[in-house]
Amino acid sequence: MLRFLALTPADQVTIDKIECNRVTKKYDAIVIGGGHNGLTNAAYLAKAGLEVLVLEKNPYIGGATVSRELHEGWKYSNCSYVCSLLRPEITRDLELPRHGLQVIPYGGSVTFCQNGDYFGDYPDHGRQYREIARHSVRDADAYERYSADVMKQTRLIRPFLMRTPPDPTSLKLRDLKEMRVLAKAFAELGEEGLADTLKFWTMSIGDYLDGYFETDVLKAHLAGSGIIGTALGVYSPGTAYVLLHHYMGDVDGTVGAWGFARGGMGAIADALAAALQSYGGEIKRDAEVGQIIVKDGVTRGVALTNGDELYADIVVSNLDPKRTFLKIMDAKDLPEDIIHKAKNFKIRGSSGKLNIALDGLPTFNGIPKNSPLLRCDMHILDSLERMEKAYDDWKAETWSKDPYVDMLIPTQVDPTMAPPGKHMMTVFVQYAPPKINGGEWTDDDRDAFGNNVIEQIAKYSPDFKDLILHCEVRTPREIEDEVGLTEGNIFMGELTFDQLLFNRPFPGYAQYRGPVPGMYMCGSGTHPGGGVMAAPGANAAREILLDLKRPNTVPAGYPDD
Amino acid sequence: MRQHDETMLLQTPFHSRIAKACELNQWDDWKGYTTPHVYTEVEQEYFAIRNSTGVFDLTPMMKYRITGPDAEAYLNKLLTRDIRKIGVGRVAYAVWCDDAGQVMDDGTVFHLGENDYRLCAYNRVMDWMMWSAMGFDVTIEDETADVAALAVQGPTSCSVLKAMGFEGIENLKAFGIRTYAFDGVILMVSRTGFTGDLGYELWIDPDKAELLWDRLFDAGKNFGIRAIGGAALELARIEAGFLQAGIDFVAAEHAVRMGRSRSPFELGLEWLVSFDKPIFNGRRALLEEKKNGSRYRFVYLDVEGNKPAEHSFIMKGSKVIGTVTSAAWCPTAKSNLAFAQVESKYGNVGEVLVAEIYYQRELQWTRVLASCTVIEKVIFNPPRRRQTPAADF
Repeated sequence: MLRFLALTPADQVTIDKIECNRVTKKYDAIVIGGGHNGLTNAAYLAKAGLEVLVLEKNPYIGGATVSRELHEGWKYSNCSYVCSLLRPEITRDLELPRHGLQVIPYGGSVTFCQNGDYFGDYPDHGRQYREIARHSVRDADAYERYSADVMKQTRLIRPFLMRTPPDPTSLKLRDLKEMRVLAKAFAELGEEGLADTLKFWTMSIGDYLDGYFETDVLKAHLAGSGIIGTALGVYSPGTAYVLLHHYMGDVDGTVGAWGFARGGMGAIADALAAALQSYGGEIKRDAEVGQIIVKDGVTRGVALTNGDELYADIVVSNLDPKRTFLKIMDAKDLPEDIIHKAKNFKIRGSSGKLNIALDGLPTFNGIPKNSPLLRCDMHILDSLERMEKAYDDWKAETWSKDPYVDMLIPTQVDPTMAPPGKHMMTVFVQYAPPKINGGEWTDDDRDAFGNNVIEQIAKYSPDFKDLILHCEVRTPREIEDEVGLTEGNIFMGELTFDQLLFNRPFPGYAQYRGPVPGMYMCGSGTHPGGGVMAAPGANAAREILLDLKRPNTVPAGYPDD
Repeated sequence: MRQHDETMLLQTPFHSRIAKACELNQWDDWKGYTTPHVYTEVEQEYFAIRNSTGVFDLTPMMKYRITGPDAEAYLNKLLTRDIRKIGVGRVAYAVWCDDAGQVMDDGTVFHLGENDYRLCAYNRVMDWMMWSAMGFDVTIEDETADVAALAVQGPTSCSVLKAMGFEGIENLKAFGIRTYAFDGVILMVSRTGFTGDLGYELWIDPDKAELLWDRLFDAGKNFGIRAIGGAALELARIEAGFLQAGIDFVAAEHAVRMGRSRSPFELGLEWLVSFDKPIFNGRRALLEEKKNGSRYRFVYLDVEGNKPAEHSFIMKGSKVIGTVTSAAWCPTAKSNLAFAQVESKYGNVGEVLVAEIYYQRELQWTRVLASCTVIEKVIFNPPRRRQTPAADF
């Protein structure tokens, strides 16, 4: 009796919560998908004081930002493998370093040539100049012009990464203001700059590079960034922008630099999860959402595939637009236009991945043992023609027989992912189609795809095959089945102009709000797209908090200079 | 002819190895020695300290050997902290002051044996040490050139030393000393450093310097070992929140203008002053200061944005209340850190001040007024720094 009298209001709340739990706890917000954007979104909502739950279908979090040990003693960055675009504002604001994240920059890249030569893009500028000049003095000079032009374009885009795209058809004050910011940024470029921007956003990377360089291998070397993760060829319009997307990040202010997340890309998800939990957010693994519950035209919660229902007035989807609107939402809850838009959303699979445990450091033809070129991105395919042919195979619904690869051996830098003296190799492969000759990928197809890549690498590395201890092969099938990315598209939708800015994912839905009140999107299918930026998740949180009339917890972007 | 007659700058015993590794040929002059500023790339060298192992030649560091029956008593008078508490086989950070209680230098004191110490300093302090030694039965020797030293710093540094065969090194506690046999001489290893990370310093006879370098790099090849220059170390020490003499304070003896020197209190080093001791240089002045208050306060600032507040004025409103001495964007802590000295009535933890930052891009200067918050400690402070046994990576 005395105890009862001593109850404080705080105790009362606890008891209410216990009561609630027994029935079903209602959250303020549920985020579907524990990828890096889902976790970022949830972290900012939790930071604002909301009770947030993240639901992840897998027993592990991270989505495509994941590190798993599939061979004892080796950790892979199974999907995404390098880090540059992750917004520094978010890293700092969510205190990700305190939660264990460390991003270590690496520099440079190399392309191996069929004739035994190579092109080395050294991190040191003087050495890089000499190396280009070895192939063409004119190209070495042109590279300065190219770098400045690309930098102009990244400076245009970077300030918009942490902003919600304006709706160009809206007359709302906020949209008009944002349109003005956009217009001002374009105006600052001047006439010539504007023309360049339009070229950059519409041209093929092949045509763009033809405007600067004469050396085949240099063009092929640079063009890789234009096709990665994209179901387009080097001569397809729109691929120039994809290159820009790979140049607009930074590590510690060095624009265009890339780095390794120490311990693998999963370290990003782990740090985000720790940040989320530090604000009181919850994560539930092995919890696949089957349906977003909509009642009387408003979002009410989610139903898991195991039948459990969880309630919240705000439901945020970290899934891609196709999966969100065509799989976990009921057509009757949606306006018809969005179903069409989702069906027509371009999210074609085009990439595969090999993760390889190596017994030692392989050697590569013509590259000295201690060369910095072994510690950076290594590419195969030394001409635009070979790259286009690789794309021809994709169009013919088969994997590239002479594939482009972007491979790295991060264990030369990161001591945490393999035993000392042993190595891990990540091999990104372009192209791999979502279907093989109209049919589903089979295990035999997967193995043949993997072997073809291994043979390709072995042509440039005589001891490579003998060093392989274990190999994980991921085709678009594995990427879709495990991660949930439709067709295995790594960017959650192609990064072409028709699907960027206020068109991402669809016109009229680019401000992270779904068609049903209380339903939001926060994945890479929204602005500014994929690449482990965490910006979509943060931007979506800002919009949600705005709707809730809560103080904003999302930091503004650093001003560029 | 002596070496100094033949050459402008002296070379350390590691020079043959350093010159070979110094791809950029960028050198510093450190106390008259040629030392590497950058070997290949500052960023990669910095990350060797934070991700694997960075090796830094610290031979030019001033090293004084203090022996004799009164060595302990003498140091207890010279230094502000209580040296009796530093056991044999231990190292301590220390400062020393002039009679006005102004800091002359900071450094580390190594307790090598009974009444046997090594004092490492940034400045040359023989004159002051001799003055202070009056009445003490001690011998003071400058052994800077007689001891070659390497800092081996970073998360894999213990693994590297284990691979060199230094048994039990993982059990060496922070600020501890151990010795190992190395090619017929004694190699001293201390778990000390200037990076705020797991790390060690190796001290050896200069004749064995090249061999030590070679064995170290051989043992470290699977642990990401890399030689690092002064630029990378500077970044790491700022991130770790360590003061640098000559940058964050002017040695009392060198200050020409009134009021330019600082007391330990004004540098945030109160914890190094032990008034329990009846006598030490500067005691009376420091007691006065403790009673009457200090003129300045040393603060760490978390600066908004990503522009380092190098040499910035610090303002409260429109009033200039201090200046920044060191500043950097810290790549591991992902913080924009500045060390500042402000008027003592400002700078309470949590206080928001303004840094006036100037930066230049393509010949044009831009001025930013960045809000900054006084923080108690720097953000970078990984558990591996003190963890014993030391971790593998």
